[in-house]
Amino acid sequence: MYGNTLTYAGIIHYGPLYLRFRKKMAMIRVQGLNKWFGDHHVLRDIDLHVAQGEVVVVIGPSGSGKSTLCRCLNRLESAGSGEILIDGVPAPVEGRDLARLRADVGMVFQSFNLFQHKTVLDNIMLAPMKVRGASRAEAEKTARDLLARVGIAEQAGKMPAQLSGGQQQRAAIARALAMRPKVMLFDEPTSALDPEMVGEVLDVMVQLAADGMTMVVVTHEMGFARRAADRVVFMDDGQIVETAEPNAFFESPTTDRARNFLAKVLTH
Amino acid sequence: MSPLLDHLPEFWQGLIVTLQLTAASFAGAAVMGLVIAAMRVSPVPVLRGIGTAYVETLQNLPLLVLLVLAVFGLPEIGLQAGLQATATIVIALYEGAYIAEALRSGVNAVSSGQGEAARALGLNFSQSLRHVVLPQALRTVIQPIGNIFIALTMNTSLAAAVGVVELTAAANRVNLLEAQPIPIFVGAGLAYALIAACAGFVTGRLERRLAVVR
Ligand SMILES: Nc1ncnc2c1ncn2[C@@H]1O[C@H](COP(=O)(O)OP(=O)(O)OP(=O)(O)O)[C@@H](O)[C@H]1O
Ligand SMILES: [Mg+2]
Repeated sequence: MYGNTLTYAGIIHYGPLYLRFRKKMAMIRVQGLNKWFGDHHVLRDIDLHVAQGEVVVVIGPSGSGKSTLCRCLNRLESAGSGEILIDGVPAPVEGRDLARLRADVGMVFQSFNLFQHKTVLDNIMLAPMKVRGASRAEAEKTARDLLARVGIAEQAGKMPAQLSGGQQQRAAIARALAMRPKVMLFDEPTSALDPEMVGEVLDVMVQLAADGMTMVVVTHEMGFARRAADRVVFMDDGQIVETAEPNAFFESPTTDRARNFLAKVLTH
Repeated sequence: MSPLLDHLPEFWQGLIVTLQLTAASFAGAAVMGLVIAAMRVSPVPVLRGIGTAYVETLQNLPLLVLLVLAVFGLPEIGLQAGLQATATIVIALYEGAYIAEALRSGVNAVSSGQGEAARALGLNFSQSLRHVVLPQALRTVIQPIGNIFIALTMNTSLAAAVGVVELTAAANRVNLLEAQPIPIFVGAGLAYALIAACAGFVTGRLERRLAVVR
């Protein structure tokens, strides 16, 4: 709806002007989203607008619906009611259009989910060739560029199981980026990693944010939120309870629920 | 051993028919199994229902009953096919149900994250099945499918009951002439055992070749 022509780099430096544009140029627009699993009301009236180039960190207690929200955004779960628009286009229900929407929304999972029977390179090349119709040569060039960008160029020919967790997750990020998505979703991308590997994955994500990618990141890594996020969204019991700038949120949360949650997370 | 040697041409002819039945019906069963398994894991409820009904029906009827029904029933409704062709098709449809179940268990053994990652990248259902889920599922079901192949080989002997002169029927005919059942049927049995041994060898090799690093 609002074409990319509106974003020329300069605008981003003018805070107030940019903020005024923000609402209009929403890359992700969620309005009145509800989701039920049977009788269980998992998402309650979620409204969330994410501007182009914005990085939103979603935090909240286990079971609060963070993963479900992510999965609704690329329609791995169907929405119960409400509206989800990606770059102005409503999420289609099924079929070919849905596959196209998913191709525009990259997703990185907690458990990496690299295809176990393919090399790292083939993992990255598969979707561009099958979905975007890229030639083998094009796909390979993109894949090698991306592997270099995430710092694992020399692992291209290996099978996923031969990589460390951090390397696998970086390969998974490269795989998602190969589709040139408009939005990247991360669902706890570092929770399954040994502590010494968390940093290498977060560095890639920080760089991606700096490059202007629109990102929704479910994570409890406050360091990442402070370094890279424009906004923190705190969810509890299926609702968005609080939205704030990262520093404001971590230093002085306004709701009791957020305060209690942060107290628990910080003491552990 | 003389009854065997005296009738080598008949045995040989029977063995050829058994091999033809086995190869053709296994190929048909593999295709059928793939289609039915895809239906059973598809997101479309109607297809899932049809797939389930197919498997439940064919697994709950004796193959011999199906063979007899097809051989005598099809001409009644105006469908005329040779005995061997009819037997091949019936065995293929029947064993297809078992292959479908083996494939489905293989698909279920592949972690759901694999299919989700494929869909999240924009692959549609059949692409994610074909490029991501099935190749991984196949590796886990080589052994069970090898066993189905062996069972199918043995089951081709039921075609004798509807007049196809395969190995068992050939042995039976020779026995009617020679009345020496022990050497004759031991000989036929050894031929079946040899086919099974070959199948076991091939599945073993395949399994080692395709073993996934996890
Ligand atoms: N497929 C499903 N079927 C039924 N209930 C589900 C399903 N997926 C999630 N739920 C339920 O929905 C609620 C929200 O789950 P969700 O995974 O979105 O939470 P989360 O915030 O991501 O939690 P965590 O931090 O543990 O990952 C939970 O109560 C969960 O049990
Ligand atoms: Mg979760």
